Amino acid sequence: MPENQGGNSQLVLRLVTGEDGASRLMLAGDCTLAALCHQLQPLSAELAGYATNPELHWDITGIAHMDDAGAVLLWQAWGERHPRHLALQPEHERLFNRLEKMPPPPAPPARDRLWPVTVLGKAVFLLWEHLTNLIMLSGQLLLDSIYLVGHPLHIPWREISANLYRTGAQALGITALVGFLIGVVLSFLSSRQLQMFGADIFIINILGVSIVRELGPVLAAILVAGRSGSSMTAQLGVMRVTEELDALTVMGIPHSLRLVWPKVIALGIAMPLVVLWTSAIALIGGMVVAEIQLGLGHQFFLSKLPDVVPIANLWLGLGKGVVCGMMIALISCHFGLRIKSNTESLGEGTTNSVVTSITVVIIIDAIFAVIFSDFGLR
Amino acid sequence: MMAGECIIEVEGLYTRYGNHVVHENINLGVHRGEVLALVGGSGSGKTALMRQMLGLEKPAQGKVRVFGLPLYGDRKKLQDMRNRCGVLFQKGALFSALSVYDNVALPMRELRALDEGMIRKLVMLKLKMVDIDIKHATKMPAELSGGMIKRIALARAMALDPELLFLDEPTAGLDPELSEAFVKLIQTMRQELTLTIVMATHDLDTLVALSDRIAVLAEQRIVALGTLPEVLKTNHSFVRNFFCGERGKRSLENHSNI
Repeated sequence: MPENQGGNSQLVLRLVTGEDGASRLMLAGDCTLAALCHQLQPLSAELAGYATNPELHWDITGIAHMDDAGAVLLWQAWGERHPRHLALQPEHERLFNRLEKMPPPPAPPARDRLWPVTVLGKAVFLLWEHLTNLIMLSGQLLLDSIYLVGHPLHIPWREISANLYRTGAQALGITALVGFLIGVVLSFLSSRQLQMFGADIFIINILGVSIVRELGPVLAAILVAGRSGSSMTAQLGVMRVTEELDALTVMGIPHSLRLVWPKVIALGIAMPLVVLWTSAIALIGGMVVAEIQLGLGHQFFLSKLPDVVPIANLWLGLGKGVVCGMMIALISCHFGLRIKSNTESLGEGTTNSVVTSITVVIIIDAIFAVIFSDFGLR
Repeated sequence: MMAGECIIEVEGLYTRYGNHVVHENINLGVHRGEVLALVGGSGSGKTALMRQMLGLEKPAQGKVRVFGLPLYGDRKKLQDMRNRCGVLFQKGALFSALSVYDNVALPMRELRALDEGMIRKLVMLKLKMVDIDIKHATKMPAELSGGMIKRIALARAMALDPELLFLDEPTAGLDPELSEAFVKLIQTMRQELTLTIVMATHDLDTLVALSDRIAVLAEQRIVALGTLPEVLKTNHSFVRNFFCGERGKRSLENHSNI
């Protein structure tokens, strides 16, 4: 074993002319990555300059330590072969022999000139795959529900309750904050416009219909999609990475029944409640501003609200909540189960899941708006 | 084994997790060029001690110096120190978003001193050293078997030709044949390079084949420290159970036959 060395000594090049008249390049010091790190480029150029002389005698016996990086440096300077005259220590010879025997690196794959077509085709197939998988998952959930009707003892109550708490109870804070602020802003902006026409009283109609029918459900759904949807996807994804999903399979516990079904049911229950809560808080926010801006008393506001906003709007809002909630859970679980066991796939899956859920929420809202266009409006 | 300068010095180290005391006043020096094995039952704090030597965890009390420098110091010096260390994590810790080639090339690229041509040669050398075929270079870690992940992780740990190598359970999860090959690989590397190795292991065969000195962790402290015969003389219940049980005897015998 070599003697102890404190730190690294620099590599020193010395060109001497021997007695036989041949010029001789002596290398001494450390030829390791740590020693060469800061002077690699100039040194590489200098060595390559020396190597242009084929008759040069290379004497590298003075090198105390040499590692792979140092050997590669010399090897590249020599043009990937042994120079004609070389003197070296036997333990360093092994390094160069390894380099000589090294297989050529694999060629980078040639770029396909049809790539726009393949990319488009792959995207179409992926979309098709997502659609069929989603339909299969929905069908599986339906079968699970039928099974559970026959076997009520197998209903995963604990999972449902845990999911209710996580997606419902724990979402109350953020939905209240966002709902209140939206109510305040909406009421403030509308009241300024209405004041111009002297139509102050219609603030109740505007706030009531827009919040109960549209804003409450959509806001709650978007917040829940971002909050609970991402956590569901990530949870299933991590379970894939840590092989927990496989463990469940070998125990004979179906993923859809134990993981997906309770999430879909729980969010289907929690979502309308969150919608109700968001709408209520947003209305309170609007009411507060209406009182300050327009001097509309809150008792008047509350007594007038049921008259100007038909109750059908509330049912519509809650209905949207149920559908959006179940769709968010379904999409999140679909993406979660597709995650492969690597970190990149986990990140990508979570992003896709949230983006898709939010898009689907907006689409569902639009569909509801079209179907129920003459429902609950006077 | 020579008593050269210490590459790692651990002084009066205490580790606590909440109320749970893992280490109590640990003093340990790792000499240049030796292989020091940390041995102990599960939960005895082998990995914790190693993580503290790497600066991944801060001890509750006490000092750790690596290459004579205190950890948690100047950023630049710490980075230089890190470039001289290689770590093989228990599960490999390959970056799953990068291919095998990029995993090994990453530390070299981070150095920002090597050009791509040189990096390519070095990566091929390292992969060849751990006996990984070139055709696997473009694969992603998720497509590899456990043994391959371990070997590629070793190639990555060796990417910068470190002076100091940390091995956390190097042979855990490998079949006996593979783990023997792994031990051979590390032995060859030791012949070619001046390597100092700190390794935490459960595996007696690896321990006997590789280590110069053994530190036995039990009851929150180092109960025995020295070469294998020295440790065997220690009269401690853990040492007796570990080395002189059925399994221990067998691997000691196997080794003496070689």
